Amino acid sequence: MQKKEPKIAFWMIFPAVLVISVIAFFPLFKTFYDSFFSLSLNPRFPREFVGFGNYIKLFQDSRFWDALKTTVIFTIVSVSLETVFGLMIALVVHQDFKFRGAVRAAMLIPWAIPTAISSQMWRWMFNDQFGIMSRFYETLHLIEPGTPILGRPSLALWAIIQVDVWKTTPFMALLILAGLQLIPEQLYEAAKIDGANIFQRFFRITLPQLTPTIAVALIFRTLDALRVFDVVYVMTRGSVGTETLSVYNRVLLMDRAFTSASFGYGSALSVIIFLLISIFALIYIKALKLQFD
Amino acid sequence: MQAKKIIYRFVLYFLVAIILIWCIFPFYWAVVSSLKPDKDLFEIHPSLFPKRITFENYIRVFTERPFHINIWNSIVVAGSTTIVSLLIGSLAAYAIARLKFRGKVVVMSLILAVSMFPQVSILGSLFVLLRNMKLINTYLGLILPYISITLPLTTWILQNFFRELPIEVEESAAIDGCSRLRTLWSIVLPMAAPGLVATGLLTFISAWNEFLFALTFMQRPEKYTVPVAIALFKGASQYEIPWGQIMAAAVIVTTPLVILVLIFQKKIIAGLSAGSVKG
Repeated sequence: MQKKEPKIAFWMIFPAVLVISVIAFFPLFKTFYDSFFSLSLNPRFPREFVGFGNYIKLFQDSRFWDALKTTVIFTIVSVSLETVFGLMIALVVHQDFKFRGAVRAAMLIPWAIPTAISSQMWRWMFNDQFGIMSRFYETLHLIEPGTPILGRPSLALWAIIQVDVWKTTPFMALLILAGLQLIPEQLYEAAKIDGANIFQRFFRITLPQLTPTIAVALIFRTLDALRVFDVVYVMTRGSVGTETLSVYNRVLLMDRAFTSASFGYGSALSVIIFLLISIFALIYIKALKLQFD
Repeated sequence: MQAKKIIYRFVLYFLVAIILIWCIFPFYWAVVSSLKPDKDLFEIHPSLFPKRITFENYIRVFTERPFHINIWNSIVVAGSTTIVSLLIGSLAAYAIARLKFRGKVVVMSLILAVSMFPQVSILGSLFVLLRNMKLINTYLGLILPYISITLPLTTWILQNFFRELPIEVEESAAIDGCSRLRTLWSIVLPMAAPGLVATGLLTFISAWNEFLFALTFMQRPEKYTVPVAIALFKGASQYEIPWGQIMAAAVIVTTPLVILVLIFQKKIIAGLSAGSVKG
């Protein structure tokens, strides 16, 4: 019985590995390969080997640098806000109050609504004439009446960040909450006996105990934020300085696929995005300390 | 002491109220907007409650555009993805959780690596591949990519569930001469049913919500899935966005999701923290 295991194991794993190889790894290698060519999906443009030409062109492309900058700003701001708010919300819903279960369930709603759809909901709330969010910000005197929030270069990115924070913070809070519940109650009791006040208990017990949870959630979110596409595409289509790397990449790969020889150029950007995210993925895997048997 | 406690309670409930409003308001606002007649919808100072209620928008979503077809597309694609992903995923997950073989770490790392792929970096090549296989604008052309992007999460969560099952039952089944596949099918899977439901739900939601592939591989309005259809809703003219209808469509498809999530919240949270945090 023990002897036959590798064979049966192989056949059990085979379908999964086959699908992933054909649908994920093969296209990935193809993207790497194509990034060294000048080509188009339109056969009118000949396929030409250009070496690192696409990459050199990319590093001289100001639209690429703008997209990179936007992506980095989006990632840093939204992930930090989500972590801080997420921690605060987790601490609140960890307390004892009526309908606690229902409140925690409601926190899953922003996460469950498809991003493309919730972005449309928010786009309506940010409407310059009839949007309730626009009215709200006007009342707070944060914007002039009639300001098209999603049409202003300085404001649109903030609106997009707000939507992302809305969607992800409650989720982050639930992950942190799961970590909070694992902290043994005795630690707090011992600290109370020693006369530690609420802040000391938070900084000396809660925060250190939560660090692994927060670290993993943080990297996980960073991976997600770096490849952001849906919310930007629906809210602004990448206009007024909100274009992120993924949005620009889709323009190169699909919008211009048949009208110019930019497919190889787009592939080069795909490779750059892949490498950028791989760095964080490696950190993530390290943080998880993967172990099998 | 008493006063301190009252202040604590007050602050606590105040914060809880803010959290609730923050989470629910956009959905609430979509519901309210969808029920308002256009005249009330396009008001400079919108009222927080609908003064008059109309179901006009809900009717027009189905009569003026093929939204029911979009819903059907999403059900077929997300449903097939879930079933196949669970099937393939539980096979692989069982082997990883229970069998001894060389290269296990390599296999699991490969599967996990896919979950971190930026989708956009395979978008172009996948489009070409699907075009060569004549799968653009077909269900299969979306189901195949979805299986591959949901498999990592499915496999990962399921193998966590399998590991927590008591191994004694499986051992006695093996002694009785039960093959590994039989054991998986008639003993392990029934015991892991709650885990399968939670995992299936997560798979379904992620396939239902996917946008980038759906936007790229389905290029005809009658083939759009729900998120794409709603994101690309067009009005009579370029400058007229049918907000009432968009909100009605959004409410129609998010209400079932919201209800599902409320029912299964405990399981979802357990599955998610198993998948992304505990490791």
